[in-house]
Amino acid sequence: MTRVIGLLMLAVAVVAAQEHSYTQADIDNGARLYQSSCVGCHGPNGDMVPGIELQRGQFRRATTDTEILQIIQAGIPGTTMPPSSFTATQAGSIVAFLRSRAPSAAAGRGGAVTVARGDASRGKSIFDGKGRCATCHRVGAIGPRLAPDLTEIGTIRPAAELHQKLVEPNAVVRPGNRYVEVVMRSGSKINGRLLNQDTFSIQLLDSSERLVSLSRSDVRDVTFVKDSTMPSYRDTLNADELGDVVAYLVTLKGLRP
Amino acid sequence: MNQRPCAIVPPRRHEGTKRALYKTFFVSSCLRGVRTSPAKAGHYRWFAVGIVAFLAMTVVQAQQVTFDRLLHADREPQNWLTYSGSLFGHRYSPLTQITPGNVKNLELQWVFQTRGPAEPTEKSEATPLVVDGVMYTTLSPNHVVALDAATGRMFWMFSPRLSTLARVCCGRVNRGLAILGDTLFMGTIDGHLIAIDAKIGKPIWDVSVTKPELGYSLTVAPLVIRDKVIIGPAGGEYGIRGFIAAFDAKTGKEAWRFNTVPAPGETGHDTWPQGSDAWEHGGGSIWVTGSYDPDLNLLYFGTGNPGPDWNADPRPGANLYTDSVVALNPDTGALKWHYQFTPNDEFDYDSTQVPVLADIEWAGRPRKVMLWANRNGFWYVLDRATGEFLRGKPFVRVNWAEGIDEKGVPKRVLHATAEGTLVYPNNQGATNWYSPSFSPRVGYFYIPSWMDTSSTYTKGPAEYKEGNQYVGRFPTMPVQPLRTGPGNVNTRTPQEGWGAIQAFDAKTGELKWQFKMSDVTDSGILATASDLVFAGGREGYFFALDARTGAQLWKGSVGGQVSAGPMSYAVNGRQYVAISAGSALFVYALRQ
Repeated sequence: MTRVIGLLMLAVAVVAAQEHSYTQADIDNGARLYQSSCVGCHGPNGDMVPGIELQRGQFRRATTDTEILQIIQAGIPGTTMPPSSFTATQAGSIVAFLRSRAPSAAAGRGGAVTVARGDASRGKSIFDGKGRCATCHRVGAIGPRLAPDLTEIGTIRPAAELHQKLVEPNAVVRPGNRYVEVVMRSGSKINGRLLNQDTFSIQLLDSSERLVSLSRSDVRDVTFVKDSTMPSYRDTLNADELGDVVAYLVTLKGLRP
Repeated sequence: MNQRPCAIVPPRRHEGTKRALYKTFFVSSCLRGVRTSPAKAGHYRWFAVGIVAFLAMTVVQAQQVTFDRLLHADREPQNWLTYSGSLFGHRYSPLTQITPGNVKNLELQWVFQTRGPAEPTEKSEATPLVVDGVMYTTLSPNHVVALDAATGRMFWMFSPRLSTLARVCCGRVNRGLAILGDTLFMGTIDGHLIAIDAKIGKPIWDVSVTKPELGYSLTVAPLVIRDKVIIGPAGGEYGIRGFIAAFDAKTGKEAWRFNTVPAPGETGHDTWPQGSDAWEHGGGSIWVTGSYDPDLNLLYFGTGNPGPDWNADPRPGANLYTDSVVALNPDTGALKWHYQFTPNDEFDYDSTQVPVLADIEWAGRPRKVMLWANRNGFWYVLDRATGEFLRGKPFVRVNWAEGIDEKGVPKRVLHATAEGTLVYPNNQGATNWYSPSFSPRVGYFYIPSWMDTSSTYTKGPAEYKEGNQYVGRFPTMPVQPLRTGPGNVNTRTPQEGWGAIQAFDAKTGELKWQFKMSDVTDSGILATASDLVFAGGREGYFFALDARTGAQLWKGSVGGQVSAGPMSYAVNGRQYVAISAGSALFVYALRQ
């Protein structure tokens, strides 16, 4: 019965997460507005005002997105939080940015965290053993570096998204987790995780875990690798096992939870 | 052309990883006055092949930084592996591509701006590290970045979440990183020491070292000795009790802690009032990186002012080990010797300077000495094996003491009073955290000096209250303590203070030259093996002087105040010089 409830909660959580989904453009716009208008008082990490951690979903007077949006627009009378001239779209994009920084907290309101009804210790065994997750992913000081580091994945990703990642690894690939194949003018190829790029250069962590910086003038072609190198566990782990792995992942809260 | 063969350091192998072949080395025996390419030497054909093969790939992090590499940093002049460039605290680069003859052709290669609007006091005081083409540095307050050292483009940034409890007296600053293996180490303003993976910028461990709510903060660049990371807290204005602590580099577990203010029953406690808790708030902060002598196996750190800063009434006595240098066994933290520069300080004369370890001739025989230009206006030569006082002479106008006696004790003549006492040098000191430099080639000790500066000290009440400043009354002074006003506008008379780069002969103590600046300087100094000295100042210039004569050879405008030390490195055979100014990092190389 517990399992059934867990699965039901999962379904609810996925829906909840979709209700709060934002486009990357929303998030990017919000980041710009945050930098220009909010960072002065709230700081780059949103934690400069005591008792408030904007980017971890910790507010004094708001819970829902709508409440946050209203505060951004109207301010809080009697405090140093001023009203703004942001449109609802602009204020909404700031909310999108803040939520993108703390999705687990956002999803928590929708109940997504409760999806992790699995057993975290069993999940760790699967992570290290049958699932072979640790052959690619790093947790703390252990593991390779090319795949995303999972040390604080439970803080930065909601359980529903982690579950989705396990069964549909290509559904959402975060910009910071994209892989590229670079063909040099000499004909040699370099594969790796894209770290940064600009008009004149490209930075990546190559398949030998080396930091590599390339001049575009030496590069013939750059191709984004379309499919995630992560396998789908839809057919290799059953529902209980998937729940266990997700339960383990959400316990990974980083070094300063 | 005075042609001499280039000494090219062959590749070494470490832990099974292959050293990248394209690395170009040029050391002081290379041609001077010309850009030197090893390929031109006609030898080491593999080297030329390597350059062609790897030309497109400008940066590769090739191998781990072992402690052996830190010990022998002079063998890899293209890198800058510790805060001061070597464990001896010289801030001296063996690179010689940039010379007095061609330095006029220096031009800006890239600038790295910090992110976000920094507070005026969130200036960059960090010295970057460069390891095999990758630069690692910090941005205020505690962001860490990895950059392509040739272009300044970013690989990654790490921004730890900081506690809002952190409090710092003088700006949310950080002075840099240490590295061992593939791991970087950073102290944070909220009292944590964090180990960070150098390849992906993710934390490996994060330990709480001390209590930010009581005013303890970590701003110093840590120092790695063997398998330990050494660090200590700032907070001399908050009534802290300072310490130097060592942490296991792999796990973050504390290995030892040396308290800079001894507790009852410990040696040195008799320099504090008995039956009082003054020692618990006695200061002795740590906020500038120390040095290490591998032959003596001694670790040296300078300590900060006693608390409260400007009222000694609660703490009669010498107040060990404040305003001192302590020599510790880095494996155990045991004290070998100490020397106190300013007993019972009332003028905030922190001894938080970089200990400069020089091997010079003294009284006709080689001697391992320590050169130390102190905030109190004297510069010292100590025997670094024993702590014996060898010499102490004023390098600026000094009136609080009439010299130093044979035992090394200052002949104190002034104290803070209720009416106010005019004291030279001023509260910011004759020098301060700004790194000095030592050129083993020239034998000169270079000091960033504040000339003719004074403060008036008026004794005021000081009561310890947790987390609050515990100082007494802030002295008045003509010079702005931390930065000259907006835009660096300076309207002072020379009698109100000016700045200088001073060069002293380490052996004789003779002033060889001084380069005068209108404003005071918070810039460190870099000397190079091609006999150049690089420095900046508050006025927003970065300049090069002849290390032997002090003649100005080049200057560039960096706009903002320089509050960090310059450093030099090379990538693919090209020498760069880097300096932080304002909240940006500027990197120069010769025009190509």
